[in-house]
Amino acid sequence: MELLAIFISAILINNFVLHYFLGICPFLGVSKKIDSAVSMGLAVTFVMTITAIVSWIINHWILIPFNLEYLQIVSFILIIASLVQLVEMFIRKSSPPLYQALGIYLPLITTNCAIMGLALLAALKNYNFVETVIFGVGSGVGFTLAIVLMAGIREQLDLADVPEPLKGAGIALIVAGIMALGFFGFSGMIK
Amino acid sequence: MASKPLSQEFTKGLWGENPIFRQLLGMCPTLAVTNAVINGIAMSLATSFVLIFSSLVVASIKKLIPSQVRIASYIVVIASFVTMADRFLAAFFPPISKNLGPYIPLIVVNCIILGRQEAFSSKNSVGRSLIDAFGMSLGFTLALLVLSSIREILGAGTWLGHQVLGSWFEPWIIMILPPGAFLTLGILLGIIILIDQKLQRSK
Repeated sequence: MELLAIFISAILINNFVLHYFLGICPFLGVSKKIDSAVSMGLAVTFVMTITAIVSWIINHWILIPFNLEYLQIVSFILIIASLVQLVEMFIRKSSPPLYQALGIYLPLITTNCAIMGLALLAALKNYNFVETVIFGVGSGVGFTLAIVLMAGIREQLDLADVPEPLKGAGIALIVAGIMALGFFGFSGMIK
Repeated sequence: MASKPLSQEFTKGLWGENPIFRQLLGMCPTLAVTNAVINGIAMSLATSFVLIFSSLVVASIKKLIPSQVRIASYIVVIASFVTMADRFLAAFFPPISKNLGPYIPLIVVNCIILGRQEAFSSKNSVGRSLIDAFGMSLGFTLALLVLSSIREILGAGTWLGHQVLGSWFEPWIIMILPPGAFLTLGILLGIIILIDQKLQRSK
């Protein structure tokens, strides 16, 4: 039950994009077409899950036993950067079609604050190993949901008559605001 | 590029190349911490500290870093300063550190800082990089101040904790919640582009 609550809340209530404001750059940058939004979402979910596992292991087996918590920031960012490299090489070898589909989005994930945020939040909330993994998967799914919905709206928005100064980022932010408002409706689901 | 006068290197960060309103960089902390003016100020001070010192270090050691590993080296430099800022806030201002939560460590992935190192400090002299970093920090601070003022005044009727609107004012709670951040920044972007168009036309 506890695990299900973490999962649902990571997707709907504490959505990474709409509640924590993490990963706004790809959320605004890569949400113009549904296809690319889906690829980005998949890539992020994938890296998030692995990051959750590796950062938990490093944090609980190395940093905490040796009293090195102050190195969290440096070690997490290095883990993420090398992990993205590793995942990229692995996918290129093992599954070229998937590599083609993810394309440029994979390396861009290094600078995605959602990944770093995940590692930090999981450490902050003191989740155990299973909870951390569930939290990682849920956050990835939540990110995918938000960016795909956003892409769907923006494809329609191209046909709409938007005031000149608001075109581009302005209207995208306002749409995100209204979406966040909608997601607020879920907040009563889990206490 | 190096021909620009120094004063212009400074002022470009305020309006023409304002990191938030123009380059749309560093959106995550901008949206997340601007629910109160005090948080906005703490965030911009911490970010400015990291940006200025990272620029100083990167500009000083740029000749020593092989270009293949430059991004990784910049990240380590930035992460060290972020750790300092984080520990400092946790030691001397625990309530603020608690309010900002994971967003202080997240400065490390703030694209403004890495962006300036890659685009500017790695190619320019120490002095010029410092001026650029100061300008960008001021532009960031300004943007955060405007955004957090609007949100705190409309969302709570206060500014830096002081009552500014009378008791007749019913606070718009939505402004201090996440949706308010998106809406305010979206509308602000629109207004800034509008002003810019007016300025261009009058020229």
